Amino acid sequence: MLKIKNLRVAINNIEILKGINLEVKRGEIHAIMGPNGSGKSTLANVIAGREEYDILGGTVTFKGTDLLQMAPEERAHEGLFLAFQYPVEIPGVSMANFLKQAVNEIRKSRGENPLDARSFLNKMREKLQLVEMDEKLISRSVNEGFSGGEKKRNEIFQMAMLDPQLSILDETDSGLDIDALKVVANGVNKLRTKDNAFILVTHYQRLLNYIVPDMVHVLYNGKIVQSGDKDLALHLEEYGYDWVKKEKEEPATI
Amino acid sequence: MPTDEKKSEEQRMLEKMTRREYKYGFTTDIETESAPKGLNEDIIRFISTRKNEPEFMLQRRLKAFRRWEKMTEPRWAFITFPPIDYQDAIYYAAPKQKVGPESLDEVDPKLLETFDKLGIPLGEQKRLAGVAVDAVMDSISVATTFKKELEELGIIFCSMSEAIQNHQELIKKYLGSVVPPGDNYFAALNSAVFSDGSFAYIPKGVRCPMELSTYFRINAANTGQFERTLIIADEGAYVSYLEGCTAPMRDENQLHAAVVELIAHKDAEIKYSTVQNWYPGDEKGKGGIYNFVTKRGLCEGANSKISWTQVETGSAITWKYPSVILQGDNSEGEFHSVAFTNNFQQADTGTKMIHVGKNTRSRIVSKGISAGRSNNSYRGLVKVYETADNARNFSQCDSLLIGDKCGAHTFPYLEIKNKTAKVEHEATTSKIGEDQIFYLNQRGIDTENAVALVVNGYCKEVFKKLPMEFAVEAQKLLEISLEGSVG
Repeated sequence: MLKIKNLRVAINNIEILKGINLEVKRGEIHAIMGPNGSGKSTLANVIAGREEYDILGGTVTFKGTDLLQMAPEERAHEGLFLAFQYPVEIPGVSMANFLKQAVNEIRKSRGENPLDARSFLNKMREKLQLVEMDEKLISRSVNEGFSGGEKKRNEIFQMAMLDPQLSILDETDSGLDIDALKVVANGVNKLRTKDNAFILVTHYQRLLNYIVPDMVHVLYNGKIVQSGDKDLALHLEEYGYDWVKKEKEEPATI
Repeated sequence: MPTDEKKSEEQRMLEKMTRREYKYGFTTDIETESAPKGLNEDIIRFISTRKNEPEFMLQRRLKAFRRWEKMTEPRWAFITFPPIDYQDAIYYAAPKQKVGPESLDEVDPKLLETFDKLGIPLGEQKRLAGVAVDAVMDSISVATTFKKELEELGIIFCSMSEAIQNHQELIKKYLGSVVPPGDNYFAALNSAVFSDGSFAYIPKGVRCPMELSTYFRINAANTGQFERTLIIADEGAYVSYLEGCTAPMRDENQLHAAVVELIAHKDAEIKYSTVQNWYPGDEKGKGGIYNFVTKRGLCEGANSKISWTQVETGSAITWKYPSVILQGDNSEGEFHSVAFTNNFQQADTGTKMIHVGKNTRSRIVSKGISAGRSNNSYRGLVKVYETADNARNFSQCDSLLIGDKCGAHTFPYLEIKNKTAKVEHEATTSKIGEDQIFYLNQRGIDTENAVALVVNGYCKEVFKKLPMEFAVEAQKLLEISLEGSVG
């Protein structure tokens, strides 16, 4: 579904991603781990289409089409979802209003009619249960005054509402207490099907106790330096990122 | 290079914006009776005679005119415009038809069609449910709906011309009592040449069951519009009043200098809402209406309340400060404003809250949005007299910038002469956040809709204050005005 070949990305003339190769198939869950500053969030943002990055080289295809040529909203229409590390507040815009527009824009792109008010409300109620959030959320302004945990759960709620094919969770687990973490993990597990895929970007192994990945990749200094199954995450937990650093330290090139 | 790509995207957006046409820019091809160009005592006599006015009105007009001649045009606002040649305009233009038609059947179908096109249906079968409308084109009132239904409750709702004929006692007592002719340059001009407008009187203890509304339309070229509105809520009365306006697209600037006076007696409440959409000029700043307006309300009696709500999206220049004089004890004044400027539009708008009575309260919420190369200023005065024990004011002035060529300014003035007064002022300026836009993009919403969503959220506090149908209209209007304003 997603194919990344030799992707090189810079911001402010500093190369952050130095040749990423990654393939994610339908039904798979991939975890991307790595120390701070290794380029994890950059990768997530570039896939989602954030503009401030310069693509130096490489290709990214999603369901066979060149993702890098598409506007962020077109990527969303194609079924790409990013759960933000820092969800943005939009004062005065209710969750209901925001999601109605999002859901219907995506439906429109698929040639479907907008959801009527009742079906939409029912869908909201159903998905709210999945993340154990109160119905009052519907009338609150997007992320405004939400606690850290609420914001992260709200991302999973939106993911459930938009029914994406590929979801990237950018450090959704960081800053969550164990109960909230379980809620998030439970949400992902319930939404998982043989047709969709997930990329979990995370700093810690903790989340992977609840969501079992098919593949674990270690990102370090802009490159994937190691890939393996879920045991790789456990190994990292035990030995820390210093182990990767020692093994893979390259002479400085900049 | 990615930065170039971004620029061309901005260019595309800008092009799209400049292609956007002002939806209401058509003209109605109708025979018009006009006064000759220019302004002198003869012209004023002409206007007064055409309107068959009593002598006292003519004398008032002449007095105001002589006053105006001695005054100089104010230039203190944060706006620039070339000198206005007051002799080069027409001060009276009226669509030729029977004056004061008895029923809609007598109104020229072309006029009804014009208002229909503007979405203001006057025809019996198409009336907006629960809204009585007075439609004013150029210098005269075309039609007023629901008159009979309102009369049964003792409510007078008619054109100013009719009020001058039929309700002279009220006119003598109230007209010019809140905005006297010598108040300012444009008020003096208006007092001399005003041609029509709306008049409403709500008797004691009556709650007006429907929204009263006036729709102003400038049609004729080279014509100024000088309407005069007077609303009186007697003791314990309540009324909600709406005002809308549009004009054709013309290359020259047209002057609109209106005066609105509100009087709320003891325990009375007046809500006044405006959606102002005069022609703003083209993308190069050519043409558009100069909207120089004086609006003031007097909370005359105890426990009275006046609130102004305005959504300003049109006009080349907007210069208005709807104010409240809080004379009655425990009286309350409110001002809620959204002012949007784009291209070369200029707005210098705000309010004055004058606290005279004890325990008077006022609240100011101003939301400015600037795009293009426009300039948007909030200017507001909070004045607390020695007599105003325990006066309270809260002001919140927010500015939102779209793009980096526009300006937002805040000029708050405070004059506090009573130590028990509590006055709070909050101001913020923000740029529309790229983070917000990207977040919405990522959820499938394109940039234009994303900006509209963020801006609507930003204005929500003010939109909430508008009557339902108006809120929807205001929101749509803002969305249209925003189209392509994003780079």
